[in-house]
Amino acid sequence: MLKVVEINNLTVQYPDVKALDDISLVVNQGDFLGIIGPNGAGKSTLFASMLGLNTKYKGTIKFFDEDIKKSKNYLKQLGYVPQKPIFEKNFPVTVTDVVRMGLRKESDENKIDKILQQLWIHELRERRIGELSGGQQQRVFIAKALVNNPKILILDEPVTGIDQQSIDLFYSILRELNSKQKITIIWSSHDLDAVNKLANHVACLNRTLFFHGESEKFFSDDALVKQYSEASMQEHMHHH
Amino acid sequence: MSLEILTFSFMHRALISGVAIAILCSVVGLFLVLRRYSLFGDAIAHSSFGGIALGLLAGVYPLWTAYAVSIASALIITKIKDKYNISGDASIAVLLSSGIAVGLVIIGLSGGFTIDIFSFLFGSILLVSVDDTILVLALTGAILIVILLLYRQLLYSTFNEEQAKVSGIPVEKINYLIVFMAGITVVTSIQLVGVLLISALFVIPNVTAIIYGKGFKQTAIISMSFSVFSVVVGILVSYIFDITPAGTIVLIAIGLLAGTMGIKSAGLLSKN
Repeated sequence: MLKVVEINNLTVQYPDVKALDDISLVVNQGDFLGIIGPNGAGKSTLFASMLGLNTKYKGTIKFFDEDIKKSKNYLKQLGYVPQKPIFEKNFPVTVTDVVRMGLRKESDENKIDKILQQLWIHELRERRIGELSGGQQQRVFIAKALVNNPKILILDEPVTGIDQQSIDLFYSILRELNSKQKITIIWSSHDLDAVNKLANHVACLNRTLFFHGESEKFFSDDALVKQYSEASMQEHMHHH
Repeated sequence: MSLEILTFSFMHRALISGVAIAILCSVVGLFLVLRRYSLFGDAIAHSSFGGIALGLLAGVYPLWTAYAVSIASALIITKIKDKYNISGDASIAVLLSSGIAVGLVIIGLSGGFTIDIFSFLFGSILLVSVDDTILVLALTGAILIVILLLYRQLLYSTFNEEQAKVSGIPVEKINYLIVFMAGITVVTSIQLVGVLLISALFVIPNVTAIIYGKGFKQTAIISMSFSVFSVVVGILVSYIFDITPAGTIVLIAIGLLAGTMGIKSAGLLSKN
């Protein structure tokens, strides 16, 4: 089995708190990994480190057997969909413009139409991104992430603030990308049910990694699920 | 008054450099406006005032010292902004006031320059020489080529820095490049509208074009068209009525903005 990601002893120390504590994790080709954990569990820090946005960590992160501190080549194989993309509402770019940003070669222009059709947003292609609903925008950003035919897709809680119908559509797209196009997906989510339905692997994060394995194992172990639920419930109460 | 004015060679030079500057300011300005850096042009222009005063004092052609001082201070302020995490508007205020302060002190030391400094403050497009025109065309061409070559990187890092980084774009270098190009553009444009009105050319045509609700390339083209229209009509009208070109150009650009807002309010702009 080809290792896509290999994380060894990853520790991120912020001035006042240890955001990640000795995380080791392997993601194989074709995995659909759901990363779950309460707010402040370090999911965003983990992603920032994997994407090269945070370089202040101890341990190693490898993509395709290459240390990401030594080579940025892996970024060419990677599509990233952020939690809530930040941009000005009247920023003068159309859907096509946004997807084109993801394109590495100008000559691949025909890929844009193809991916827009695949994600059912082709009829929106000349609309400005700021005019679209949250669900439509999310699909545009997935299109941008996919336009280069990446081998890995990383998504950071990508359904925050999106209506249920769009979420369902979004999940069916993810399932198809993983099962038919064999794209490895690493996806952080709050939605335990969705992770149960979609992901074939689960990583349970709360600064340390307290479970990583097949999702069947996780969800069939009531004690583990309870432990997770309690942790996130405590966090939830803490936030309110 | 007839078309006779179009036969004067000084008018040819004014129109040629005016059109080049109009296009340049509109394109570079679009990136600044979208980065919420609208007043950066103004700040660089004010720092160029210090450079101009330095040139006049030293007996060097003032635009050369203006280029050196403006580009250096723009790059330094960007570095300081990043290093000490100062907000964009505060760093602009620092740059703007320090340029004027340096200029005033130098003018004071030299006992005052009288007329020369005025042509830089308010522009003197009808006085551009053949050499100036060639320089304007060369710099405009060079910057436009750089923008065309790095179009995706420039747009992407303006749209969302974080995502651009993840796509492997060297965002910090691109940021410095934009600041560097803005420095060159400002000093090149001083002859047209002067230090005081330069940010108008950066900002107004772009703000107008953005209202039309189009994509990036179309917005850039609309902005360039409005910018060129304002400059050409402004130069001709100001000559015919013997008024200041800089003020006239900016007022025409403001007129186009007001007209566009009127059309938008009347619901005459389609979404696509």
